[in-house]
Amino acid sequence: MSDNTNNPQKEALLSPKNQKLLSNPLDRDNPITVQVLGICSVLAITVQLKTSLVMAISVVTVMGLANVIISLLRKGIPPRIRIIVQLTVIAALVILVDQVLKAFVYDVSRQLSVFVGLIITNCIIMGRLEAFALNNKPWPSFLDGIGNAAGYGWVLLAVGFFRELLGSGTLFGYQVIPNFLYEMGYENNGFMILPPMALITVGVIIWVHRHRNRSLVDIS
Amino acid sequence: MKALHNLVEKVKPNFEKGGKFEKLYRTFEAFETFLFVQGNVTRKGSHIRDAMDMKRTMFHVVIAMTPVLLFGMWNVGYQHFLAIGLEVSFIDQFLHGLIRVLPLIVVSYASGLIVEFIFATIRNHEVNEGFLVSGLLIPLVIPVTTPLWMVALATVFAVIIGKEVFGGTGMNILNPALLARAFLFFAYPSYLSGEVWIDTALQEGQQLVDGFSGATALAVLAAGEMQYLPSALEMFLGTIPGSIGETSTVAVLLGAIVLIATGVGSLRIMVSVVAGGLFMAFIFNIFAVNDFMAIPPYYHLIMGGFAFGTVFMATDPVTASQTGTGKYIYGFLIGVITILIRVVNPAYPEGMMLAILFMNVFAPLVDHYVVAANIKRRLRRLKSTTVNVQS
Repeated sequence: MSDNTNNPQKEALLSPKNQKLLSNPLDRDNPITVQVLGICSVLAITVQLKTSLVMAISVVTVMGLANVIISLLRKGIPPRIRIIVQLTVIAALVILVDQVLKAFVYDVSRQLSVFVGLIITNCIIMGRLEAFALNNKPWPSFLDGIGNAAGYGWVLLAVGFFRELLGSGTLFGYQVIPNFLYEMGYENNGFMILPPMALITVGVIIWVHRHRNRSLVDIS
Repeated sequence: MKALHNLVEKVKPNFEKGGKFEKLYRTFEAFETFLFVQGNVTRKGSHIRDAMDMKRTMFHVVIAMTPVLLFGMWNVGYQHFLAIGLEVSFIDQFLHGLIRVLPLIVVSYASGLIVEFIFATIRNHEVNEGFLVSGLLIPLVIPVTTPLWMVALATVFAVIIGKEVFGGTGMNILNPALLARAFLFFAYPSYLSGEVWIDTALQEGQQLVDGFSGATALAVLAAGEMQYLPSALEMFLGTIPGSIGETSTVAVLLGAIVLIATGVGSLRIMVSVVAGGLFMAFIFNIFAVNDFMAIPPYYHLIMGGFAFGTVFMATDPVTASQTGTGKYIYGFLIGVITILIRVVNPAYPEGMMLAILFMNVFAPLVDHYVVAANIKRRLRRLKSTTVNVQS
């Protein structure tokens, strides 16, 4: 990244610091497994991989754009009403996403039902706007938004993968478990479809995550 | 015995630090302490060491479960031959049950112990003896027709999620055996409710007798078919369909005597569970709007898993309340909730499992408030006495 000769003060687009903004939320600052935010939507929409994927993409879109918009507006927002402004921005973006989903993937949109609307109340989004976008320039804010949403997204996909595979024997709606297993007496695990098992799956992911990343283990 | 001891001593160096199988030390230790009392000596603090270590305690529970297990085996055979309308001798009935039940026990023990040994090796702690009991409880609380791989899966789930994630034996919040049953109940509902209680695997030329119904007493009541309800004596003796170990109240009572005599099981909890169950059943009797509510309260004690759960599940020393008063509250609420679920919720004919798991979760809270109340009372007493002294 040495081609920035015109403006040596300007930071490179993907400087190490900015890369951190993207990669940290995927691992050691993960919104779900470390900060334990946004759990309700993980329980609700991870029965199938398809809904998980659509939800993840929606959140990435909303979060990236919301962070940029708030970051652009950050000097003009009076601190007293900043929450309302943030909510308005998120709500507007969520309505857009909802309309797009209804137009192009209607069945998924029906399955997600109220949870698309509830992206507005997703604590991760509000949290990043408050903690990051209000004090940072648009580009880092954008990276931060995308990174956190991706951190949320991969957990969503992981949970959705196991729940659909073990609960319904399918992935993206296609049967994966071969028929001869069913003939041998294999049964789909109905417990995986129930919300408690989503919580346990998230718990196991957190367990594995902390096992791989020892710095997260609180030994106070 | 001496030869066995010599053998253990001879192979011991292989497993100790620097030995060939150092990694398997915990496995070795588990077998060693299973055979002989450990030669540990207390080095500081109080020099009292009870012979009742956890292994011995757990073994008492296993002894207490023997009558239930033996009766359950016989009943499996008895129900099977009843269903196909064959008159066979007592021994044949028992043998049939033995052949059907033994694989369940073996699978449960094998899968659970493998997990236990793996975790003990990784975490370098002693192998937890708690599974000696759980491994036998799991086959006793499921129908005999449960596929073996489901038993293995449920056992592994219960040991890992129910016990090891919390830190092993003594740290668990939920009773592992009940957790295994709950896992099966929600994961594979069709294998744990309906007409699954009797082994109806037919051989060539056999057929089910006319009018055969494999429903449990509770299912019969939930369906409102009072005429099919077994007599009280049948339910007390246990010659009725049900999970392997739960049917016979007599056998459970024998186990209860052993538990109480050895001091392993808490009498307080057993008494208060029964009291809670009777209390709730009486209340339903007062408002009896259907047949289920109108049955005599003591019927609830001999139907389904009430007796078994009271004696073997609710008294689990780890997951029950620890304080004396707390045990009364804990037990009483188990009884109340069980009858409530049985009578009011048509989706779950049997409420014992859910009631105990529910109260397992609340046991620490009960303890907390009992302790807090005690502190408050004693503080008040302290204040009043100091005031008296001053005046």
